[in-house]
Amino acid sequence: MGLALMLLIWLITVVSTYFFVAKTWWLPVGASAAAGWIDHQFALTFVIMGIIFVAAQMSLGYIVWRYRQTPTSPPVAYIHGNTTLEIVWTALTAVLFIGLNLMGTNVWASERWDAAPADSVKVEVTGMQFAWYFRYPGADGTYARTKASLMDPSTGGEGAVGLDTTDPSAKDDVVTGTMYLPVNREVDLSLRSVDVIHSFFVPNLRFKQDAVPGLNIHMHFKPIAIGEYEIACAELCGLGHYKMHGMVHVVSQDDFDKWLAAREAEKQ
Amino acid sequence: MATPVTLHSHAPQGFIRKYIFSLDHKVIGIQYFFLALTAVFVGMFLSLLMRIHLIWPMAVLPLMGEIKPETYLSLLTMHGTIMVFFVLTTAPQGGFGNYFLPIQLGAPDMAFPVLNMLSFWTTFVGFITIIAAFFVTGGAPLHGWTGYAPLSALPSAGPGEGLGADLWITSIAIFCVASLMGALNFITTTLDLRAKGMTMMRMPLTCWSWFITAILGLLAFGVLLSAGILLLMDRNLGTSFYVPLVVVNGQVMGHKGGSPLLWQHLFWFFGHPEVYIAILPGMGVASQVLSTFSRKPIFGYRAMVYAMLAIGFLGFMVWGHHMFMSGMSPYSAFAFSILTMCIGVPSAIKTFNWLGTMWKGRIRFDTPMLYAIGFVSLFVSGGLSGPFLAQPTLDIQLHDTYFVVGHFHLIMGVAAIFGIFAATYYWFPKMFGRMMNETMGRIHFFITLAGTYAIFMPMHYLGMAGQTRRYSQFTEVAYQTKLIPLQTFMTYAAFITIAAQFIFVINLFWSMFKGPKASDNPWEATTLEWTTATPPPHDNFGGVTPVVHHGPYEYGVPGAPKDFIMQTDPATSSAH
Repeated sequence: MGLALMLLIWLITVVSTYFFVAKTWWLPVGASAAAGWIDHQFALTFVIMGIIFVAAQMSLGYIVWRYRQTPTSPPVAYIHGNTTLEIVWTALTAVLFIGLNLMGTNVWASERWDAAPADSVKVEVTGMQFAWYFRYPGADGTYARTKASLMDPSTGGEGAVGLDTTDPSAKDDVVTGTMYLPVNREVDLSLRSVDVIHSFFVPNLRFKQDAVPGLNIHMHFKPIAIGEYEIACAELCGLGHYKMHGMVHVVSQDDFDKWLAAREAEKQ
Repeated sequence: MATPVTLHSHAPQGFIRKYIFSLDHKVIGIQYFFLALTAVFVGMFLSLLMRIHLIWPMAVLPLMGEIKPETYLSLLTMHGTIMVFFVLTTAPQGGFGNYFLPIQLGAPDMAFPVLNMLSFWTTFVGFITIIAAFFVTGGAPLHGWTGYAPLSALPSAGPGEGLGADLWITSIAIFCVASLMGALNFITTTLDLRAKGMTMMRMPLTCWSWFITAILGLLAFGVLLSAGILLLMDRNLGTSFYVPLVVVNGQVMGHKGGSPLLWQHLFWFFGHPEVYIAILPGMGVASQVLSTFSRKPIFGYRAMVYAMLAIGFLGFMVWGHHMFMSGMSPYSAFAFSILTMCIGVPSAIKTFNWLGTMWKGRIRFDTPMLYAIGFVSLFVSGGLSGPFLAQPTLDIQLHDTYFVVGHFHLIMGVAAIFGIFAATYYWFPKMFGRMMNETMGRIHFFITLAGTYAIFMPMHYLGMAGQTRRYSQFTEVAYQTKLIPLQTFMTYAAFITIAAQFIFVINLFWSMFKGPKASDNPWEATTLEWTTATPPPHDNFGGVTPVVHHGPYEYGVPGAPKDFIMQTDPATSSAH
């Protein structure tokens, strides 16, 4: 019984670890400036936790087999503990866990806390059951007023976000269902939701933030590779949550300018 | 220490007073146990339907027809709620805690037997209320067990958000009231009804775990109760605690100025301690069983007690780590993150001490021991994904993915269930007077351990690859479609694991009537429940008041006549 249990625990450990180490399933390719940092921190945490995982499970299996009761087992060691060992073990884990944590908070905080640089591309993301809309403020750099009473998703993007067309700065606001971003430029993102909580998750850009009704959440990030990246809503928002999907097209600055000009032209 | 008050020294006569509205903590414990057993099968059945729908979304099932996306979300909501409240909170604390806390302390009953009965029947009403949600117009709610507002606050936000959601909140509120009554009873009993010589530091670790769990329950359930009442008011009385100005499908709702994050703060102020409410009794049982079947004193008894106290204390200061992506201030996130990492330290101490307990022991592999060893393995596996999720930076990728689902299922789901299984196999002889079948127990154990790893370990891979949770289908997002084969594997693993649970049920009921008669102390254990008759008489000790002379885990004492010294054995100079 002890042998069977040891082999099962070891087998579980080896198989689990294999798929992690072989990276059969792993983080998707990172395409933002923060990705390298996040992935590094993930790998560091992974190595440390992996060593503890393997060591703990292997010793559990070994102890179970080694100290199984047999007719010839020696008497047990009558011990109630070992204070020195407890203190060493406690101190080690405390230093390790808290140290790891201190190293890991930077990226998350800077995306949320520091203001975006002045020359950032401004985009407003609005979530609603079950679609994403993206608004670009146009040449004036100002988002026009929106009103709840004007929100009507059946009339297209501008209606969905409730754009108040009587506001002069609404003239050059562009609202689309697909997100375009220029590569290698900071994006100044405003996140809003009109109904329930959604979460704007772009795995390749290592980006996730809830869109909360009543809040306008500002964040910034920088895409660094041209490509198309999928958006998946990450906060349960109702029956269509699974299909609240969208695309981010990261393109060259030229292509971005052309695309935006074309949208402006369509609007006129 | 107050003298135990015997409120009803004579056993009640008549079926109803004896078995239905009983004041006897042992009967109430068994009632809780069977309520949880019913609930776990309901919850498991729901998860089976979920697993089927995930890989065959168009499948037409007998009686149910096709599972629609909103039905999937209802299954998920009810699975989570039933499992967390009516299984993981009910079985370890209400069931085994009720039955064995008074006996292990040497008391004739709980401090407040009537309150105890009320607590059970209130829980029962809560269970009926939540089950009713399946059968009302619109069906069960789809807002997840966390019930985030505004989704949970707006009847028009989706199917099931009408009467079903009201019943869901009402059920939770009723459960909170029941748990508050239970918590008061456990705390008072532990403080006031310990037998002579049963100092706090001689209590079995199970008693410590039930005691600390009760304190957590007392502090946490009150907050959830208030939060639930506010949510009911938002839904039915037009208040705006959680709902700002919102527009659902082109309709302006009549709310203004509420904060969706307020619900999250209140919910998780309860929700995080709740995970310790689920797992602490499992830690207590694992300690008890590991020591008993290793024939060796628990390694670091005091460290174990302090670790549980630390986990309970820190457990109230980390709720914000569920909200790193919600728009909270980076300053508070930093604090929540550091405190969360701190909780890993007492958890590591416990693991170390469990290994230390088995080290140089003489391990007997009866089924309770197998489950306790499985508990340690799962506790390690589920625990080590914690330091990933405690880091806000890594949550950018992992929050609300299957990585989280794998983490909490391993630690608060499966590990806690292993604690319940260990407790069932360990105490069944005392509760029902007969032994369970060992062969069936072992088969059940090996399939369940391998099976649960096969279901929940792959969730970590899925999460790293970005698979979002609470998706009823993976067909709409291209990168997620590629992950379906792994989901298929998990579904097959779930079929096997769920099938194996019927071995347990058969063993349970067969042994209850046909198992070999159990002696008073079949495991050669030391704590007070093994000093009395099997099953124990109405007043637990047959008119005798036990006097305690020893600590709870005196195994392998050099020079002692047997390899264990029971807590009530006469004092000797060598033992503690």
